[in-house]
Amino acid sequence: MLRLPAFALERPRTLRAALELLAENGQSAMVVAGGTDLLPNLKHELFDPKLLVSLAEIDELRGLCASAEGGLEIGAMTPLADVATSELARTRAPALAQACGLVAGPQLRTMGTLGGNVLLDTRCQWYNQTYFWRSALGFCLKKDGSACHVVAGGKKCVAAASNDSAPALMSLGAVLHFESASGAREVAIDEFFTGDGIQNKKIAPGEILTCVRIPPMPAGHRGAYGKLRDRGSIDFPLLGVAVRLDCSSKDVVENADLVLTALAAQPKRVKRASETLAGTKLGTPAFDEAAEKVAELAYQQCRPLANIPGDANWRHEMVPVWVRRTLAAAATEPNVTT
Amino acid sequence: MAALNLTINGDRLETAAPDHWTLLEVLRYRLGLTGSKQGCDKGDCGACTVLLDGQPVLACLTLAGLAQGRAVTTIEGLMPAHAREGKSGADPVQDAFDRCGALQCGFCQPGMILSARALLNANAHPTRAQIRAALAGNLCRCTGYTQIVEAVEYAVAVAAGVEPAPRAWETPRARLTDIEEQGTRRPSGQARP
Ligand SMILES: Cc1cc2nc3c(=O)[nH]c(=O)nc-3n(C[C@H](O)[C@H](O)[C@H](O)COP(=O)(O)OP(=O)(O)OC[C@H]3O[C@@H](n4cnc5c(N)ncnc54)[C@H](O)[C@@H]3O)c2cc1C
Ligand code: SF4
Ligand code: FES
Ligand code: FES
Repeated sequence: MLRLPAFALERPRTLRAALELLAENGQSAMVVAGGTDLLPNLKHELFDPKLLVSLAEIDELRGLCASAEGGLEIGAMTPLADVATSELARTRAPALAQACGLVAGPQLRTMGTLGGNVLLDTRCQWYNQTYFWRSALGFCLKKDGSACHVVAGGKKCVAAASNDSAPALMSLGAVLHFESASGAREVAIDEFFTGDGIQNKKIAPGEILTCVRIPPMPAGHRGAYGKLRDRGSIDFPLLGVAVRLDCSSKDVVENADLVLTALAAQPKRVKRASETLAGTKLGTPAFDEAAEKVAELAYQQCRPLANIPGDANWRHEMVPVWVRRTLAAAATEPNVTT
Repeated sequence: MAALNLTINGDRLETAAPDHWTLLEVLRYRLGLTGSKQGCDKGDCGACTVLLDGQPVLACLTLAGLAQGRAVTTIEGLMPAHAREGKSGADPVQDAFDRCGALQCGFCQPGMILSARALLNANAHPTRAQIRAALAGNLCRCTGYTQIVEAVEYAVAVAAGVEPAPRAWETPRARLTDIEEQGTRRPSGQARP
């Protein structure tokens, strides 16, 4: 039995009321969306809010629609299950729809929101544990302690970004829209995550993520998300691979992007992937050869750490395997945008 | 302490609990509805699954205050709901789990049955893949899942009025009816159609 620490709960009905509550209560307040990341973390005594401000009753934050420019606008409180099954998301942002559909299990996808997923706390096997468990090891840098158990002598937390939506949204060039009592701001998701495992997101107290915007994709856009995990359900990623392939009308790759996650605090873009794949035609040996080269590049550029479960060397060996598989999935799925 | 107005298994109830109590804690420790199980208490196992406005959710990660004004169905509510429809015995999914031996210790059953019930409410003729996907958030440490999936298929067949496919432990000859005739089966609440 894991009890929650005591806190007060507010359920404002408007965004304005929620922003005011956050502004009034400063650092002692936290936002709760679906609660599927926050509640386990509170049960593990990783945060100590006096007030939880639930966004569940704010209708304006929920829903997925086509944007005027031909992209997508997804309210932060839209359940992951809705993103995964939306025809619009599956056609305009296939990697994102697939990533959302692979998060956790069915109940958690009904409860968990896209906003909460983007803002998921980093994970580490030495951190996502009860107070009692953590105390036995003298705690760690990220919470209550001064040492890192992953990197001996390390002065920087390297807990893993484990949100499946993040690499997909990075491959799609998504923009995050925030509101606070003092105004609104937009930030490209590429600029949002940092390499600091203690706080890997540039979000200020009092800010609410209201909307995720995905720009329009070119006609020949294809995408896929591949996920390594022990079981086919429930588990967080041991590796996540988001693939973007923008092709000409003749199925020749014009632009590509690969973003990997569950490595360190920040999702990682594979360098030189686009140059390597560009000019090759899907379904030809040239494409397969380029995919093989990209898999090798990813292998060289990624170093999984002993931060999350699963042997780090094995997870490293799985990098090229999942890069190849996910590239093949993107290349062979029917081109959904045309 | 906050007042809670909840609709549980069709009954409107008034209770109170501190803001930091989960729906699971209110069900089990305020209302005495211990059918919803407290397994991992952190989202991993699905033993606490209840239906919130018809959708399976984890009661251990649902703040009780957020269930205000919403309809909660627990395992205790299935049989009364079935009776309200003028039918006798257990909910057909419960009956199918019983007939198919889809349990050993039983700890996962309330959650498993509610996930299955929600699936069948939305889709009366699911494929095996759809059944497996719908139950993918409910862990069972005993059965190996085979009989559980078969139980859901059995419930589907009974509802459709067709002969259920033979279960894994049945040879094509030793069908359930034969076993019943031999009188080796414990009688259950509902007669077969
Ligand atoms: C067993 C289990 C398995 C899981 N598996 C996966 C998995 O495979 N992949 C994965 O990505 N996740 C997984 N999760 C984590 C989680 O379920 C999802 O990431 C989910 O999308 C989180 O969303 P939420 O709405 O529940 O967030 P919450 O828990 O409500 O919030 C998460 C954080 O974001 C903040 N926040 C949320 N929304 C906003 C907002 N709009 N504005 C400002 N701050 C906000 C909260 O304050 C909190 O710090 C798993 C969880 C469990 C318990
Ligand atoms: S990476 Fe190190 S500091 Fe960060 S949570 Fe893990 S053990 Fe703690
Ligand atoms: S008790 Fe809720 S998921 Fe395990
Ligand atoms: S019957 Fe024991 S956990 Fe499923």
